[in-house]
Amino acid sequence: MKIDLFITCLADSYYPRTGIAVVKILEHLGHEVCFPKEQTCCGQPMFNTGYKDDTRNIARKMIDVFEDSDIVVTPSGSCAAMVHENFETLFEDDPVYLKKAKALAAKTHEFILFLTDVLKVDLKELGVQWQGKATYHYSCHLRGIGIEGGGAKIVDTIKQVDGLEYVQIDKPEQCCGFGGTFAMKYPQISGAMVEDKVNCIKKTEADVVICNDAGCTMNISGSCERADHPVKFITLAEIIAEGLGLLEPEHV
Amino acid sequence: MSNPRKLSQETETVSGESVELTMAGHDILFPKLPYDMKQRAKDATHNDQLQEFVNSATRMRDQLRINHCNDVFGDNYDKMRELAGSIKQHTLDHLDYYIEQFIDNATAAGTVVHYAADDKEANAICLEIAKLHSAKLVVKSKSMVTEETNLVHDLEAVGVETIETDLGEYILQLDNDAPSHLVTPMIHKNRASVGRAFARELGVEYTDDPKELTQIARRVLRDKYRQADIGISGGNFMIADSGSTVICTNEGNGRLCTSVPPVHVAFIGIEKMIPSRKHLPVFLKLLSRSAIGSPITVYNHIMTGPKRSHEADGPQEQHIILIDNGRTEVLKPETREMLRCIRCGACLNSCPVYRKVGGHSYGSVYPGPIGAILTPVFKGLANYKDLPYASSLCGACYEACPVKINIPKYLIKLRGDLIGGKHDKFIDRIFFKMWAMSLKKAWTYRMAGKFAGVFLRLRAGKSIKNKDPYLNRGWVKKVPGPAAGWTEKRDLVTPPTKDFRSWWDEHQKQKGGK
Repeated sequence: MKIDLFITCLADSYYPRTGIAVVKILEHLGHEVCFPKEQTCCGQPMFNTGYKDDTRNIARKMIDVFEDSDIVVTPSGSCAAMVHENFETLFEDDPVYLKKAKALAAKTHEFILFLTDVLKVDLKELGVQWQGKATYHYSCHLRGIGIEGGGAKIVDTIKQVDGLEYVQIDKPEQCCGFGGTFAMKYPQISGAMVEDKVNCIKKTEADVVICNDAGCTMNISGSCERADHPVKFITLAEIIAEGLGLLEPEHV
Repeated sequence: MSNPRKLSQETETVSGESVELTMAGHDILFPKLPYDMKQRAKDATHNDQLQEFVNSATRMRDQLRINHCNDVFGDNYDKMRELAGSIKQHTLDHLDYYIEQFIDNATAAGTVVHYAADDKEANAICLEIAKLHSAKLVVKSKSMVTEETNLVHDLEAVGVETIETDLGEYILQLDNDAPSHLVTPMIHKNRASVGRAFARELGVEYTDDPKELTQIARRVLRDKYRQADIGISGGNFMIADSGSTVICTNEGNGRLCTSVPPVHVAFIGIEKMIPSRKHLPVFLKLLSRSAIGSPITVYNHIMTGPKRSHEADGPQEQHIILIDNGRTEVLKPETREMLRCIRCGACLNSCPVYRKVGGHSYGSVYPGPIGAILTPVFKGLANYKDLPYASSLCGACYEACPVKINIPKYLIKLRGDLIGGKHDKFIDRIFFKMWAMSLKKAWTYRMAGKFAGVFLRLRAGKSIKNKDPYLNRGWVKKVPGPAAGWTEKRDLVTPPTKDFRSWWDEHQKQKGGK
């Protein structure tokens, strides 16, 4: 099938390897991947801060860019949730774009859920092999696309990877304290939250944290760096691509 | 017992040990406005005791809620929440009708129903009742709305000794402290501080054994019930078609307060209405499971009118004070959903922010996520500008709420209202405006990204170790400007030299070449 990739602004600039992995996996599975180059950002930073009018213009652009797409896949639960939960609230007075916003939400999928729920891929059957001791960070905005309670469903998918030693993290459902501008406006609170998360990661003694949302990764990895805790952050997409031999393991 | 509020300023126990007195109870819930939460939040994050207690207690209850609700409701948990939410929403949509029906039925049952527009009116009605009965002693069960009206203070100001009988609230009253949680009000306190307060105020020997402390409180309080002229309660639900009031407690103190003294006065917010008794089980099934993860509250008391002539127990006189105090303002369509709240506290228990800052940081009677949306509407958004923003919008509260109040949605709405009212900082407004403008075209978006990348990479210097152009990220220890808060607590990652778009172009070339 023809799949359009919404890379998200953070993955585009900060974590391009995630996008590379997504493209390689989908092509490996025999699908045609397109990248509409006019895309920018879903507008979540403005929306969450309360700048609704500014967000509306960005959302309109996003809707236009993907209007002709059959399927939109994005490697971020947070950005998928923005499209699913919030886009239509921006166009309550604009019936034309309200309809388009709903149409975009209906065809937008978070990458891992697209893999398991739409393409019905089982990582074990696919032959994904990857060595390492890893834990998983549940990103809260998965709640916006129906994944609640610490992301047990994603953990089940991770456990399908052959060779991966999975260690459960304590308080999996607890937010890392990112929250976009919250992390800058309330460093005291956000800082206490991310320190809690880092302590939970330390306790797992995992070498790798699987984190599929770039915002959480920026926050938690930045806190690990500050605490001098050497742990590697990676997305499940990268693990799958490495595990299928589509990406060279990361070299430092 | 002498009046605890007056004695609690002492700073030494009988053993001579110094006591760390908390802020005066009143100031905690009624701070100077506009309220700035940052100082209290900072103190709370540095308070190891609070971190330990609040964290462990909230997590335990949150987990119990999940376990019990999943065990009992299974796949229907979400449907139960939907049902409870829709019953409350329906009642709120027709609140005028149901209030009238309630007043008619309660009056017919012999209750005197009063309507108070605000906190002052509510307390004035209660003081009038106290005066009519020449009341000297009042026993009171737990009620958040009486915290809202500051009732205990007003009663004591006219010489009516008023005793909180909920064990947690009793301890807080002895210690001149204030509740920091809707259901477990003394979640922030430890046994030792309770023991010290008991020794200091009640003249008993110091103990920190919970059983002994409970027995001491029980002994003191039993006499008070017998002597009291008036019993005051809140109300968890009002049933419109029967005029009944429902209170749900775990200690039995609510039942004693409402049936032993000759007069019972109930303070109830107008939003506590449900249409009929047949709707009550939905809420009784959800309330205690959501609150503390127990199947049901121990005492569920449905009261319809005062004692009838053939009955042995109950008050001779019953008053219900229906309290507005800002609720009709919240009742407007765009915020009505907030009034569904049944005060179970599940949103507090699930909230990672509440776990870090505790209840007093919210600077109002209602703490936690529900407080963060209710307080600004009750007390004025300009007075509580921090509350809507002091959240990571993680959505745990919405997932936990038994009546499905979309709290994150309202936090964002209030942020928008602050901006609409020009309460945002000029620099923020310009920053987001420029950011939003850069996102209108892919090339300006990419240029802005590259520019930020160069700036950050220069600051990151030698921390960049990886050679792969898609992975050669570095770390910035300190940034200036609006993002300074980020590097106060963590390092900021830089982008690698090449973005995804660069790879995509190369990838397309390679594919074309094949």
